[in-house]
Amino acid sequence: MIPLSWYLILAAALFCIGFYGVLARRNAVVILMSVELMLNAVNINLVAFWRYLNPNDISGQVFAIIVFAVAAAEVAVGLALVISLYRNRKTISVDEVDLMKW
Amino acid sequence: MGFLGDPIKFIGDWLKSLIAPLNLPPVWETFLSTLTSVIAVASFGLLIVIFLIWVERKVAARFQDRLGPNRAGKYGLLQTFADMVKLITKEDTTPETADKVVFNIAPVLSVVSVLLIWAVVPFAPTWFGTDINVGVLYIAAVGSFGILSILMAGWSSNNKYALLGAFRAVAQLISYEVPMLIMLMVPVLLASSMGMVDIVARQDMWFIVVAPLAAVVFLISAIAEVGRTPFDLLEAESEIVAGFHTEYSGMKFGMFFAAEFLHIFTVGVLFAILFMGGWRGPGAEQFPLLGMVYLMAKSTVGYFIAIWMRSTLPRIRIDHMLAFNWKFLVPLSLAILIVTAILHKLFAATTLYIPAMLVGNLVIFLASLGALRAVAQRQRKQRKPFKKRPVAKAA
Amino acid sequence: MSTVQIVFLFVGFMILLAAWMMVSRSNLVHSALWLVVALFGVAVLFVLLEAGYLAVIQVLVYIGAIAILMIFAVMLTRGDVESLTHITNRYAGWAAVMGAFLLFGLVIVLGQWPAFQTTSPEAIESANPVLDLGMAFVSPDGFTVPFIVASVLLLAAFIGAIYAAFPRKKGE
Repeated sequence: MIPLSWYLILAAALFCIGFYGVLARRNAVVILMSVELMLNAVNINLVAFWRYLNPNDISGQVFAIIVFAVAAAEVAVGLALVISLYRNRKTISVDEVDLMKW
Repeated sequence: MGFLGDPIKFIGDWLKSLIAPLNLPPVWETFLSTLTSVIAVASFGLLIVIFLIWVERKVAARFQDRLGPNRAGKYGLLQTFADMVKLITKEDTTPETADKVVFNIAPVLSVVSVLLIWAVVPFAPTWFGTDINVGVLYIAAVGSFGILSILMAGWSSNNKYALLGAFRAVAQLISYEVPMLIMLMVPVLLASSMGMVDIVARQDMWFIVVAPLAAVVFLISAIAEVGRTPFDLLEAESEIVAGFHTEYSGMKFGMFFAAEFLHIFTVGVLFAILFMGGWRGPGAEQFPLLGMVYLMAKSTVGYFIAIWMRSTLPRIRIDHMLAFNWKFLVPLSLAILIVTAILHKLFAATTLYIPAMLVGNLVIFLASLGALRAVAQRQRKQRKPFKKRPVAKAA
Repeated sequence: MSTVQIVFLFVGFMILLAAWMMVSRSNLVHSALWLVVALFGVAVLFVLLEAGYLAVIQVLVYIGAIAILMIFAVMLTRGDVESLTHITNRYAGWAAVMGAFLLFGLVIVLGQWPAFQTTSPEAIESANPVLDLGMAFVSPDGFTVPFIVASVLLLAAFIGAIYAAFPRKKGE
């Protein structure tokens, strides 16, 4: 069988790639996609913990499904904001949306 | 039992006896047998398309008072082979500015998305690719690859008509997925299982009898999901050339074409499994081959209705298409699901079960007719009176 | 090395490759398609973890809805050339360093945790895990309240999304 550590390391690596994407990219859509990667890394961990440490308590899967719901909500609101931003400012580069920054 | 009793098992045993002397490790044996069955199911799906295209052309011809293909072979049976030869020998063009990789993956993904559904289809009591306990959801999930393939094809072609077709396709497919998914939940609820094999096994009474409205709404939304006339806005020839596959030629176009025909037949198969008892019929338990025949016969019902709608109805306008879905089908399907759930809970295992279900369906049907009537009357009142004007003015 | 392990290594490699391609491509549609590959890989991992229901939901929600919405958003915002030419901001180097540092730290911290060494999982006792999951969501002593809260959150998010993306008339 696959050791638990493999899943955890894979999830950590995926999380860090998503983290880099959120911090480094300028395009708001790509930032949202990177957030999805991070949420998926969390889900891998949740399901792996459920399977390896406590397979007879269904809570791990329940958490994963709540994460799905949150991810769907996040994408809906995020993309709506991106579209609204593009309509008003003709850009979706997060560097140029600095009106509130001082 | 010999070959005629259960041919698949017979062939399977024979194949196993062939590889037995090689003394392969069990992993390889499982791998080989799985691979063989995957190839068998996929080839069955792809081969049946050849026949289906002929059926569709012949039936559509009858609707239009024509003869249909009748030159190649007896009754034109070989017409599809002639078409295939034509498609294969055509030049395979790729637009200069297309995104080559995405452009080439899209048709493959389109065929795969349909073939994947066949993995969970129970053909006969013992014949099925796999029996996963979330079969119904799996069908909905692999359907999303089809949407993805259309989007990929439309975008990578670098053609405005292809992109327009892809946009329309996604708007339509995502919308109609909602009532289809809700209606998939009705057989799940009645059978209290999401596995396809279980759903067939629990249909002592066909679900179309206890949930006729659900069956109708499922069929309508599934036909829209395939994108056939009257819902063929994604490839409306008279408006946007050929939609998302404008730039495709040769066998790549052939793959989209085959995927569409296979998909509409798959809708018929799903309709037969979910609402018409699948392989069930007299003697099917003893002779699996008979079950397969029953399933295929029942599947032609949905397929025939699709051809019928295609040759009868004109294409609907895009705003009507979306309004029909969101303002009619979605509320209706939610009402059906709730009423079915309540009645199933109240009357299950009583003698009043079927009458109660039918009365519930009838009430929903009449209520929806009443609602449509009220809306239409209000619209008619709001419409401005038609101003009379002369056709031509006298000079 | 067993077959499952080889499958895991292949899928894991695909996920990481796809994720890296996603954050590093300048063509946004390619980014979104790589995201689909990564998400599909995660679904395969769920199958390996014997969570078939989650795998199917992963494909349905992420590939069927989220990835397609992403591609849609990319196409609707095509006029923005600026963010295509300079794909990373001026802190990209720092971001890479921090990402690598985070990965390093996570692995170190996880390595000190005793359960990290777990190699083989216990067998699942339940005959029908999907039924258990459904019961957990609707039974009063299960997760009914979180389930309802998640539903309300989704509804609120969708209404908010429609409001935010709805075109407004000038001067409103």
